[in-house]
Amino acid sequence: MRAANIFHLGIKELRSLWRDPIMLVLIVYAFTLSIYTRATAIPETLNKAPIAIVDEDRSPLSARIASAFYPPYFLPPELITQAAMDARMDAGLDTFALVIPPEFQSDLLAERRPAIQLNVDATRMSQAFVGSGYIQTIVTDEVRTFAQRYRDAAVLPVDLALRVRFNPTLNKSWFAAVMQVINNITMLSIVLTGAALIREREHGTVEHLLVMPVTPFEIMTSKVWAIALVVLVASSISLTAVVQGMLAVPLQGSLALFLAGTALHLFATTSMGIFLGTLVRSMPQFGLLLMLILLPLQMLSGATTPRESMPEIVQQVMLAAPNTHFVMLAQAILYRSAGLDVVWPQFVALALIGTVQFGLALSRFRRTIGESA
Amino acid sequence: MSADSFRPDSNAVDSRPVVRVWDVALRYGKTVALDTVNVEVRAGTLVGLIGPDGVGKSSLLSLIAGARAVQAGKVEVLDGDMSDARHRRAVAPRIAYMPQGLGKNLYPTLSVFENIDFFGRLFGHGRSERERRIGDLLQSTGLAPFAHRPAGNLSGGMKQKLGLCCALIHDPDVLILDEPTTGVDPLSRREFWKLIGQIRSGRPGMSILVATAYMEEAEEFDQLVVMDTGRVLDIGSPGELLRRTGAASMESAFIALLPEEKRRSHRIVEIPPRDESEDGQVAIKAENLTKRFGNFVAVDHVNFEIRRGEIFGFLGSNGCGKTTTMKMLTGLLPASEGEAWLFGQPVDPRDLETRRRVGYMSQSFSLYSELTGRQNLELHARLFRLPADEIPVRVQGMIERFDLATVADVLPNNLPLGQRQRLSLAVALIHQPELLILDEPTSGVDPVARDGFWQTLVELARRDGVTIFISTHLMNEAERCDRISLMHAGRVLVSDAPAALIEERGAESLNDAFIRYLEDALQQEKASGAEATATGVSTGPSASQAHHEPQGPRLSRFDFRRMFSFARREALELRRDPIRGTLALLGSVILMFVMGYGISLDVEDLTFAVLDRDQTTTSRDYVLNLAGSRYFIEHEPISDYADLDRRMRSDELSLALEIPPGFARDLARGRQVQIGVWVNGAMPQRAETVRSYAQGMHAHWLSQQGSKTPWRTAGGRLANIETRFRYNPDIKSLVAMVPAVIPLLLMLIPAMLTALSVVREKELGSIINFYVTPATRLEFLIGKQLPYIALAMLNFLLLVLLAVTVFGVPLTGSFLTLATGTLLYVSAATAVGLLISTFMRSQIAAIFGTAVLTILPATEYSGIIDPVSSLEGTGRIIGELYPTTHYVTISRGVFSKALDFSDLAMSFIPLLLAAPILLALTAALLRKQEH
Repeated sequence: MRAANIFHLGIKELRSLWRDPIMLVLIVYAFTLSIYTRATAIPETLNKAPIAIVDEDRSPLSARIASAFYPPYFLPPELITQAAMDARMDAGLDTFALVIPPEFQSDLLAERRPAIQLNVDATRMSQAFVGSGYIQTIVTDEVRTFAQRYRDAAVLPVDLALRVRFNPTLNKSWFAAVMQVINNITMLSIVLTGAALIREREHGTVEHLLVMPVTPFEIMTSKVWAIALVVLVASSISLTAVVQGMLAVPLQGSLALFLAGTALHLFATTSMGIFLGTLVRSMPQFGLLLMLILLPLQMLSGATTPRESMPEIVQQVMLAAPNTHFVMLAQAILYRSAGLDVVWPQFVALALIGTVQFGLALSRFRRTIGESA
Repeated sequence: MSADSFRPDSNAVDSRPVVRVWDVALRYGKTVALDTVNVEVRAGTLVGLIGPDGVGKSSLLSLIAGARAVQAGKVEVLDGDMSDARHRRAVAPRIAYMPQGLGKNLYPTLSVFENIDFFGRLFGHGRSERERRIGDLLQSTGLAPFAHRPAGNLSGGMKQKLGLCCALIHDPDVLILDEPTTGVDPLSRREFWKLIGQIRSGRPGMSILVATAYMEEAEEFDQLVVMDTGRVLDIGSPGELLRRTGAASMESAFIALLPEEKRRSHRIVEIPPRDESEDGQVAIKAENLTKRFGNFVAVDHVNFEIRRGEIFGFLGSNGCGKTTTMKMLTGLLPASEGEAWLFGQPVDPRDLETRRRVGYMSQSFSLYSELTGRQNLELHARLFRLPADEIPVRVQGMIERFDLATVADVLPNNLPLGQRQRLSLAVALIHQPELLILDEPTSGVDPVARDGFWQTLVELARRDGVTIFISTHLMNEAERCDRISLMHAGRVLVSDAPAALIEERGAESLNDAFIRYLEDALQQEKASGAEATATGVSTGPSASQAHHEPQGPRLSRFDFRRMFSFARREALELRRDPIRGTLALLGSVILMFVMGYGISLDVEDLTFAVLDRDQTTTSRDYVLNLAGSRYFIEHEPISDYADLDRRMRSDELSLALEIPPGFARDLARGRQVQIGVWVNGAMPQRAETVRSYAQGMHAHWLSQQGSKTPWRTAGGRLANIETRFRYNPDIKSLVAMVPAVIPLLLMLIPAMLTALSVVREKELGSIINFYVTPATRLEFLIGKQLPYIALAMLNFLLLVLLAVTVFGVPLTGSFLTLATGTLLYVSAATAVGLLISTFMRSQIAAIFGTAVLTILPATEYSGIIDPVSSLEGTGRIIGELYPTTHYVTISRGVFSKALDFSDLAMSFIPLLLAAPILLALTAALLRKQEH
């Protein structure tokens, strides 16, 4: 008979959600527009980087180098004097300043190996590192082509045959689209369950349930299944229609396997939503708490920057968060078409974390629910 | 109904009208709150507005107080038009307004003294003046012993007295009280009116306007304005009204004044005597039932017994323990001590069987507002496990019985209160319980609907034999019960039939009897030396108000004292709110850690493995070149392509190399060779870094080899490029990110806190104090802003400390420059929050709205990731204007570029302008009235 209660309460949850326009808009937005904009708006690493050139040579070669920088990677270079360079870099106007010394062209042709100086504002990490690589290549190419008109310049003896697997063109939107889906799965499942619980408490309906022949376990399980189902359905539609359809991102592995992993992840995050819902007394408090919980969960899970670049301790701590395992699992299945033989550790971890979360949430729910209203 | 019918009372000192309301109408969206209302109040009179909840009493009072903007018609108070902002400001010090809801305009975390003090400061009293007035007020209201108790911990009666003190601090000529005694126990209520009487005799010229839902109270007023659905039904003295309607009580007079179609359904509730023969079976029994919350005893050794088929009432004020007792009986709350039995079974929250025999209706008519009436009934029927085939019949039966057919498919929130109440009762009865527990089921419902509800209860009790346990704070409802318990401060004073209680005390009414029991209880408490409770008896001199010299109100454009009054209160409140306080201090630190590590662009410890088909010293040298760097970690060699594929798929390897056979030999002969490189591209950002590292290491190895081998001339470089990474020579992410994260956090959190601080007041209702006092917009805004600027500076120091110590980011420039820039920046950030708050209505909207409106421009357009000079179009414009852009330049300049004030002057100018412009804009948009 208990299953019937869980079923009926879950149906009630679904009906409530259906009548809540704000939450519906949030769900639709999170799984369509949010993913689309995130995937298409993601800038290339180097996007219109501001560069200035101090040209003390004023030769055909230096003019040729200056004209090699153009959008979208670079803004058209500003031609400035040596004196202005420091002030402009201090004020953050230029990320790069290239200094072409006097007699550069003639030294080059005389094989005296002249040096060009490249100044990089290294406080701008996003452009500094990749940008300086681009500039080196561009300058080397220009110099070589120029020199080749006058003499033979040999090629390097050892070639690197570089191949990028899983995403040959390193298209960032492939990555961003799926990671956005993952972040939204986490965000929505926590927000929806937490809000559903707080709404019931604010309306006093939860105590109404508790005077009926219904147990806290049934109330909580009904919320978990109903909201997990909504998010699961929405995310699978989003993956097929938006990510594969509109954005044409090729997803590699088995979608069914991924959705199974998602279900496990949702078990953990919906329980977490209930847990957070019991910690606070009102929606505003829930909102503030979310800011402090969601941001770390998303930023440190490996969905924005690689886990390898985080300090060891952060990596260890984040292993307790379901996101971390979900991100690993999603990357393995969807990008590298890994099967269960590869991702089973993540499945085990998610199941464990989910069970612990559910247990914690249930014990807090039992303890606090009577006193809350 | 016209103004003429309002004759001056004989008590009136002079008959000058102080309030005139002509043809006033008010709408909230489609709802008509007031419909052509005409009222006049003369000096020195006590005028009452009577009628049930939601008929427009509060709307009318807020119009007269100037808290709400006049939409149609004219409101004149103290010889001026209340639509005129200048007049409102001029008369604000002469009007006092106490809005509805216990302590709604009070600050719950502030003490009694601090609350009154805040109002005193707002009205510009000097320190000694203030202390004298507060002392007098506390004495005469009997609040003196509780001066340091937080207002939130006061009983209802005391909160009302405190509200009165706050209203009277500035000697008003017009006192407006909106339902001052609702939910307060009868003794406190009587004392409240005694106090009002004393004040009136001390200040005979003062006019008082009171709204009340207690009809019996109204019989003492000079004039009554009877209201229903936004209209004035009649105006006159209580005697006149009773005479005109021929009614015995104000309640029946009110019903008689209602229009015909509303009156028609009304029947006088008659309660047939109970069949005593069923006695002996006990439905509920409580023995020494006690509930403590921390030190607070909510229910104190309560004993009672309810017999089957009885209507048993709990009568008492709000917060006296009625609800808590009911919750213990239903198993919602565990008892701290004592025991209770339902049908002879001890109450056990795990006992699901007993629950089926009980129906419960909580105070707020808790229905699922997202489900229709029918769906609510069906859900409850299913949860009570009624047989599936019976459910439709049962639901239909309930709908017919409670006359809900027309509204069964409507959402409950769209129903009038009376129908919602019936639906709620139907839900509680769906499983045909033997016992019904009803917690204040009639609060806020009009008298006709209330009597209809009672008809149903009587039917249930007498015909179906359902035991009914009901709580109420209305005397006339209590009189209808078979037996009642009088409750006060968690204790049952006495339990008996209402008539027996009246008889025992020789009282005239149940109200009198209750008051006498309360007085006895207080005597006992005093005798036993227990702490004095809610009802402090007023002992102060009755004319204590009289010797106050009215002080000319300060009306300067900008008053620093009023501004500091707001600042001081805000600071006190913030200090006592754990959640906001934590967010303010810890929030930025937590987020700094998260972002510092989360946005890191350093990629280190990348895994790689080699498929070495050459196995020579040269090939091993090539691999060592990679393995020896701090970027790469070598895993065991790859055996074949399948192995390579598997290990890359599991994300074990970020990079795989294949060195072809004969690599060393070919290289030595100067023949072209090719090394195969596979990069794991699942994470493009990482892959890009891996690729450029691999290329870099490769070039490095070649140039090393070049110096040893003869082929160097062939591949020698034509020109050198010397790259200087300035400001951050080690190219560390933290050095780059931390000075950019600080501006982001110092925008987000201060803006959110200030936005919340204004919207919170809107939500809780204390914003009314700003509407009806002479405070100006700028005083209010800057007053609110100051504590948050101070807090943000503290935050800044904390973040800088964290940056330098934990993250190891050196501060190379002038700290003073950075601190000055920060002060300007957080002033702007808090002003951004204030600006946002003018658009937001709820706290949750303020949180998400501020997050979106600050994070987006700060991260995308302010040069944190891409420099503003790379932006185009709207983004560029936003970037140039947004304060974060300029502060990021200052922060990076001081942290990494060793700059000081002279280098950054250009960035200070926009910051200097930002806060004043934002504040001016906010002041222009902030409303000084509710619209």
